[in-house]
Amino acid sequence: MIEVFDTCTGCGICVPHCPFGAIRIVEKRAQINEACTFCGACVKSCPFGAIEIKRKMVTPADVSSYRGIWVFAEKHGNHLRNVTLELLSEGRKLADKLGEPLAALLLGRNVTDFIKTLSAYGADKIYVTEHEVLERYNSDGYADVLTGLIAKHKPSVVLFGATINGRDLAPRIAARLRIGLTADCTGLEIDEEGRLVQIRPAFGGNIMASILSHTRPQMATVRPNVMKMGEPDWTRKVEIERINVMIDPKARRIRVVDIVKEVADRAVNIEEADIIVSGGRGLGSPENLKLMIELAEALGGAVGASRPIVDSGWLPHHQQVGQTGKTVSPKLYVAVGISGAIQHLVGMQTSDIIIAINKDSEAPIFKVATMGVVGDLFKIVPALIEELRNVKKENPTR
Amino acid sequence: MIIVVCIKQVPEITEIKIDPKTKTLMREGVPSILNPLDEFAIEEALRIREKHGGEVIIVTMGPPQAKEAILKCLAMGADRAIHLSDRAFAGADTLATAYTLAKAIKQFIPNFDIILCGKQAIDGDTAQVPVEMAEWLNLTQITGVKKVEVDPKGRKVVAHRETDEGYEVIESKLPVLLTAIKELNEPRLPTLMGILSAKNKETRVITAADLDGDTGLFGLNGSPTQVVEIFAPKPRGKGTIILGEDPVAAAKKIIQFLFEKGVI
Repeated sequence: MIEVFDTCTGCGICVPHCPFGAIRIVEKRAQINEACTFCGACVKSCPFGAIEIKRKMVTPADVSSYRGIWVFAEKHGNHLRNVTLELLSEGRKLADKLGEPLAALLLGRNVTDFIKTLSAYGADKIYVTEHEVLERYNSDGYADVLTGLIAKHKPSVVLFGATINGRDLAPRIAARLRIGLTADCTGLEIDEEGRLVQIRPAFGGNIMASILSHTRPQMATVRPNVMKMGEPDWTRKVEIERINVMIDPKARRIRVVDIVKEVADRAVNIEEADIIVSGGRGLGSPENLKLMIELAEALGGAVGASRPIVDSGWLPHHQQVGQTGKTVSPKLYVAVGISGAIQHLVGMQTSDIIIAINKDSEAPIFKVATMGVVGDLFKIVPALIEELRNVKKENPTR
Repeated sequence: MIIVVCIKQVPEITEIKIDPKTKTLMREGVPSILNPLDEFAIEEALRIREKHGGEVIIVTMGPPQAKEAILKCLAMGADRAIHLSDRAFAGADTLATAYTLAKAIKQFIPNFDIILCGKQAIDGDTAQVPVEMAEWLNLTQITGVKKVEVDPKGRKVVAHRETDEGYEVIESKLPVLLTAIKELNEPRLPTLMGILSAKNKETRVITAADLDGDTGLFGLNGSPTQVVEIFAPKPRGKGTIILGEDPVAAAKKIIQFLFEKGVI
């Protein structure tokens, strides 16, 4: 329920803040009509605190009125992030199990091209909101629109990729709706009562926890590269609902002044990479990075690093794996000259296959390695590159 | 500038194990530390104060022993602290924690300009509390900040927010909430003088009864999420270690293995 108090002066500041055009000033007082989605954008815009949305905690009796699995479609430049397609594939399974529809939430500017892909990966319905303010991710704009959609349509589950932006956005919405949110899940299940069991690592991956949410929708961010991406079906039919929003660019509290790219060669986002080659102190000096980069190129993988490499300024922080860097779960993680301090292990120990190369047979990295070689990396890495080329020559299709 | 730094005392994660019989956390005797990323938040707050004047106030929620983490912050140079400590706050998930911290800041430090937090804590690793707090306090947020310039006259900040391929330069009006990553600065070590003076600095302990908030939203009662089970992660199968082998032969073994697994 939304309420306007007597402290309203009819100043009209809230009017351009409403993305859904639901406010008019009538006789010096804000009047809110049925276009209101309870997104809360007006509440935060009012300098007099005169607007309030009363949100009740969801009771067990309300639960059945929440239906549908929703996935936030995250873009990156001109493509959809892999985690979005992974979540649609996983969401499809959850939706089928519950007998509920699967929808994708697509925000941006000129995003129509993505509709086909979202549908091919499992979406029955796509909510599309296009606006210039949504062209690039921003917490206020995205949180306002998504909160409105969720409050209006009441899905039972909303999933986000646990990416930099997904983890900036989801808590904003959760707090506004006063609902639970589980971070960085690595497993999702439906229990016999139809509830979403959210499984996530805690204490640096030393412990796994199963979490239930008593509120609706049940919201979670999900770690990239953990859920399996299904095969696209380009013949699927899809329903599209376009939501028109009116966002006044001038009313924004925050603005992006500049976007700086500092991407090194092969520095694709390591959170999404299938293959990562990471280097550590054993590399000795920055010139030797190129050996590791060459291996990454031969494998078609991304380049990561342990903390000492980043602290020495050889590679930027966004390539750091571990406790004060990123947590990754690629199919293949190659640790080159990394001893494997616990702070590093917690960032990569959920990788499918771990190959470790280190001269110290006692290095802790060997405890998590699927295959480890004790020896001189400066001899082994070139041999690996050479052998890879041989295999590729013999098997040109691979 | 009134700068609030929210911190958390966390267990050293390397020490946490699950009791195989009771399936509960074995916390006994586990050493506690100040959350590592919080040190970057404190350092930045101190630098802003050194440049523009003002006050750095530490806020934390936790049991009485969290006092140790507070002392470290005060020893680094923070001016005073607020310690939310009450059994009623126990069992809080991120939403309830954010609510409680937000209520306390609003009530006891209403004139703050900047809230700084570590991006995430190493125990829960959720990175949710700062953002949820920003929402409860109706603040703008800039998460994952590696550089900040404060303009007190213009009442704004310009921050570099880390992205996957570089950073965004973001401008926000004050007040604002920022979360720190380790690129932000190099935290100082407490000096002997700092350690000695920390004991004389004010730490105000706040209980649930002192707060104006809705008590139904504190602690376990205010927490919509519930941990229903904890378990040890699936152990990784025992790996193969190649020792004392010629590099070419070792490389062949690895590539053969990856080929069989279909990775290459």
